Amino acid sequence: MPAIQAHHLYKVFGKKAREGVALLEAGQSREAVTRIGATPAVIDASFSVEEGEIFVVMGLSGSGKSTLIRMINGLHPPTSGHVEIYGENLTEASPRNLRRIRRERISMVFQHFALFPHRSVLDNAAYGLETQGVGKAERRERAHEALELCGLTGWDNHKPDELSGGMRQRVGLARALAADTDILLMDEAFSALDPLIRRDMQDQLIELQHKLGKTILFITHDLNEAMRLGDRIAMMRNGEIVQIGTAEEILTDPANDYVAQFVADVDRTRVLTAGSIMEPPVAVLGGEQGPRAAHKLMREQQQHGLYVVGRDRKLLGYVTEDDVSTNLAHPDLTGLMQQITTTVSASTPVAELFTPSAETTLPLPVIDDEQRLLGVIPTVTLLSALGTRAEVAIDDAAPAQKETTHV
Amino acid sequence: MSEPILHPLNLMPRIHLGDGVNSAVDWLTTHWAPFFNGIGDGLNSVVEHLTNVLMNAPIVLIVIVLAAIALISRGIGTAVAAAVGLLLIDSFDEWGSAMQTLALIVVAAVIAIVLAIPIGIVAAKSHVGSLVIRPVLDFMQTLPAYVYLLPALFFFGLGAAAGVVATIIFALPPGVRLTELGIRQVDVEMVEAGQSFGATPSKVLFGVQIPLAMPTIMAGVNQVIMLALSMVVIGGMVGAPGLGQDVTSALTTLNIGQGAEAGVSVVFIAIYLDRVTAGIGRGEPSPITKAIRFFQRQRASATATATAG
Repeated sequence: MPAIQAHHLYKVFGKKAREGVALLEAGQSREAVTRIGATPAVIDASFSVEEGEIFVVMGLSGSGKSTLIRMINGLHPPTSGHVEIYGENLTEASPRNLRRIRRERISMVFQHFALFPHRSVLDNAAYGLETQGVGKAERRERAHEALELCGLTGWDNHKPDELSGGMRQRVGLARALAADTDILLMDEAFSALDPLIRRDMQDQLIELQHKLGKTILFITHDLNEAMRLGDRIAMMRNGEIVQIGTAEEILTDPANDYVAQFVADVDRTRVLTAGSIMEPPVAVLGGEQGPRAAHKLMREQQQHGLYVVGRDRKLLGYVTEDDVSTNLAHPDLTGLMQQITTTVSASTPVAELFTPSAETTLPLPVIDDEQRLLGVIPTVTLLSALGTRAEVAIDDAAPAQKETTHV
Repeated sequence: MSEPILHPLNLMPRIHLGDGVNSAVDWLTTHWAPFFNGIGDGLNSVVEHLTNVLMNAPIVLIVIVLAAIALISRGIGTAVAAAVGLLLIDSFDEWGSAMQTLALIVVAAVIAIVLAIPIGIVAAKSHVGSLVIRPVLDFMQTLPAYVYLLPALFFFGLGAAAGVVATIIFALPPGVRLTELGIRQVDVEMVEAGQSFGATPSKVLFGVQIPLAMPTIMAGVNQVIMLALSMVVIGGMVGAPGLGQDVTSALTTLNIGQGAEAGVSVVFIAIYLDRVTAGIGRGEPSPITKAIRFFQRQRASATATATAG
């Protein structure tokens, strides 16, 4: 069962909100709704977030992403549609049930931290446990642990205003983690932080996610942040979700021009992975074959070296043209094979392929956990992976500029 | 009553608001007499008891207590100034009147604050409440004080109660307005933080909104007290005892000297109350809290260096 399911969520502000939704459902444009004096914020948003997933909603200011996240925990009731949390309808829950779901299932981290200035750091972190009715001694202990987990020790008895921005958001994160809910909603949680601290917090979030396996719905206007964090990303524009997919899907197969323009500026080398650019390994020799077969294959493929794999496709080593041509009489390849020192995994970002690629004269071998050869990346492929970016950027340079100026 | 046309250019027919008010006051004084008498007696006896306590206590004791309050809320300078001012009041021979005035203010201000804060909360929480309450507050604040001073006299008779009621009406509005403002000004994200962790509305109100609105609410309390003081003097006209009566009698007998002494005493009390309540409202730690924190920090750093060494 998905942790979060959003079913056709609409949020329209104004007195004629319901009529606005009716117009939108009938296929009318935003402008038609604005004309009757209503303001559409979120239009027909449907998605589901699986347990343990980081789902990022990405959009510029005014795209409705903050309204969307507030519908997930019921801070804003949707004008139409509903939200299910582990199969339970949150939108139609009674106030008492809504509070129970929030206490047990969902915590939230806020853009401007929203720490209570009149409480100590420890009591802030313990707030969720307090609403859950956990006893004082236990909640202080658990809050202290959460603060430590977020890398904040020794500040328990200070007030939030004595802390720097990054430290405050650690408290915000600790408050959400201490509550020990399944779902974490993060509303532009790192947007108010300096770039370096933001990077740091992103790394830490990924690490925590590996450790704790929370389901995270993360809102951001920073595409690089979305690509770094998101298992999947929903791109929002003017209240509508225009595409949902992994970072690579959005980058390589944008749903429309808007998304294409948007991703034009992304550092592709951080998003694309070895697995997405590798080519099928053609110049490969079975381990049981001899130098003559190797030499023949090299001439056919115009390669000066070959990878050798076993029957289970495990990478055994490689042979070079020099080695085989001087030892054609050898019955097999034993003794001629050289050890492979440089391999990469399918999930290695392209940015980290350049150094290994420079270290070897052969195409980079991509292997899985069991040393099986998945594919190879010749230097040419690596370079052309970068080239795609320039193409898109030139095509849509002018409008892309316009769209990103108000980030 | 005949209807002489005073002004041939009158556009509107004459609406007899005054007659209506007269008969309403008549009706209330006859039919609701036990109610108003009860309130009046209650207020009178509370004021009387407090006045007795203040007047029977040794002057030195009261000066020390009030100076100590000033010390806690503001610091040593205000405490010294308070002591000097209070002793000057005694030297003007206005001590008794000043204590009567103080008793009136305390009773009126406490009642006004107790009423104002919940009304302010309702106004902040409910849009309709705010729409209804706001014009009533405008009315209370701008209606000339003398207009309701006389009905108060009818309902409660000559004495402290009429003065207290008139004071409450006059002093209440800023308490309500600033409570409403304070709560409305609390950052939406803070309220959302409370709600998102599953806090009940009352827990959000008392755990988040009111603590964060406290500086503004205390500014309202300060305004209530200051307005109460200015009204208590006017209340002297309806027989409320204290400095107000001294000022009124000095004016009627053209005794400028006595008027000055009573007036300056009012100013001293006013400044004292303003500084003390503003000190509480600043949200800053008092000098004593600061001192305690300083010593705690000293001890903490001492133990830290001890363990480090």
